[in-house]
Amino acid sequence: MKKIEAVIRKSKFEDVKQALYDVDIDWFSYWDITGLGKSTEEQVVRGQVFKSGYIQRRMISIVIRDVNLEKTINAILDSAWTGETGDGKIFVYDIEETYRIRTREKGPGALYNQE
Amino acid sequence: MLYTIRNKQQQYKTQNSKKTPMKKIILSLLVILLSTSAIIAQETIPAPTVDSGDTAWMIVASALVLFMSIPGLALFYGGLVRRKNVLSVFAQIFILVAVISIEWVVIGYSNAFGSSSIEWLKPYFGGFDWAFLNNINISDLSPAFISHSQPTPEGGTIGTVPHLIFIIFQGMFAVITPALIVGAFAERIKFKGFLIFSLLWALFIYNPVAHWVWSADGWLFNLGALDFAGGTVVHINAGIAALVTAIMLGKRRDYKGHAIPPHNITYVAMGTAMLWIGWFGFNAGSGLAADGLAANAFLVTNLAAATAALTWALLDWFIDKRPTLVGISTGAVAGLVAITPAAGFVGVGGALIIGIAVSVICFIMVAYVKPKLGYDDSLDAFGVHGIGGIIGAILTGVLATPAIQASYSGALYGNLNQLWIQLIATVATMVFSGVGTYILFKITDLTVGVRVTDKQEATGLDETQHGETAYTNFD
Repeated sequence: MKKIEAVIRKSKFEDVKQALYDVDIDWFSYWDITGLGKSTEEQVVRGQVFKSGYIQRRMISIVIRDVNLEKTINAILDSAWTGETGDGKIFVYDIEETYRIRTREKGPGALYNQE
Repeated sequence: MLYTIRNKQQQYKTQNSKKTPMKKIILSLLVILLSTSAIIAQETIPAPTVDSGDTAWMIVASALVLFMSIPGLALFYGGLVRRKNVLSVFAQIFILVAVISIEWVVIGYSNAFGSSSIEWLKPYFGGFDWAFLNNINISDLSPAFISHSQPTPEGGTIGTVPHLIFIIFQGMFAVITPALIVGAFAERIKFKGFLIFSLLWALFIYNPVAHWVWSADGWLFNLGALDFAGGTVVHINAGIAALVTAIMLGKRRDYKGHAIPPHNITYVAMGTAMLWIGWFGFNAGSGLAADGLAANAFLVTNLAAATAALTWALLDWFIDKRPTLVGISTGAVAGLVAITPAAGFVGVGGALIIGIAVSVICFIMVAYVKPKLGYDDSLDAFGVHGIGGIIGAILTGVLATPAIQASYSGALYGNLNQLWIQLIATVATMVFSGVGTYILFKITDLTVGVRVTDKQEATGLDETQHGETAYTNFD
């Protein structure tokens, strides 16, 4: 089992979501994040134009079976891509164990609906 | 019917005007007893009465002005600061409503609108005769009036609304003026220092300036300065104080020469909407009557706000590519500020000119001039209220038209002298407010201190000054 965390552009979220659905990944968590970095995004407040330094991105977190790893990574790589600096990153972690609370089953079987 | 009306007037007279000679009362009573037609009634001078229409409007208008401070201004400023400081701004404005409301009845109203017993002081200061609203009765009528008045049996002229409603209406103005300065020192001021400074400022700056401009004894009033609803008294006064305090307090620790992005623009827009609505009470109530002048003030107030909001949106759109909501809101407030002194003197054309002019000038001021000068006026209290107030006060001297109030006209209608008077009133207010604020802020700094520590500022004023946070990660 693997956990994928992907930092993507907010503007690409809908594309990524659709791409994940297309490869049958139909549940994941996401949240908005703010980071610091050499961003070139401009902000306007009361006519003052400045580079804020804050970077607004969205983070997606998915836990999948090993068998789905490659197609999931590829779906994100393809759908989140613009070619400009700042497209984001994908991180892959090992997951030690998974439990389904309702049935108490554990292991990869807890990650998808077998019925 | 006629009898009952006159009878009421008579009751008023017998109960309340002790100065009326006994003979006159008896005579009046005889008149009531004898009167069977309206002809006899015309021969006596009717005792002044409360106009219920005017009074009803003034009660609503007073409430609308409070609505501008809380929650209007609190939301407007609260949305513009960072999330760690939103409560501090709310707390500062709410506590001012409490403190200044008390100050106003204790001493403020007397200082601003009373009449000093020392002759040479009369044009500058209102004295203490009305301290604790002493010598003011529930049945007294407002000594101040603009367009709607009535003769008194003593041969004078008096307003048509109760004195008490005039006091509370003016009290709401006294509340919002120091609240406007909060925008200049937001995000870095110590609460205790803020509170003491604001109270001193209300006592020693606001009350005298209100006396100068609005009291019948005031030297600017008698010079002929036009300020319908507070362009000089409220906006220039607070705007200059904002500039002085912003410079004296120094920049925020992480100020880098440009605005720090607002944390909740929905708050900013909601606050603007409440200010816009409240301003109808502020401006249309300043005629102290429900009449054509109030209608005109309402109309031009709305028009100037609309024009200024649109102008700022277009400037944003053409110069910085997109029309921002913060820009639209800022423009609307700038328009409302600028029309304030002019609302009772200009027509539709004047309102359009004021709306466009104030947005363009405030935009240049906030977007280009302020960053060059390098002071940190956190929420542009000077850039919008100070500059907007100055533009409004001066343009009133240009655009005042005799079509609105026959006895007042500006430079455009041949009265160049009015522009000169407006300049004197503007400069006098700027100098007095600037110097006075400097002294009071210095005193506060030397006694209780005005600035929070660097660490407190970094943590946020909500937590360090009030022990509360606006947004938590828990429900």
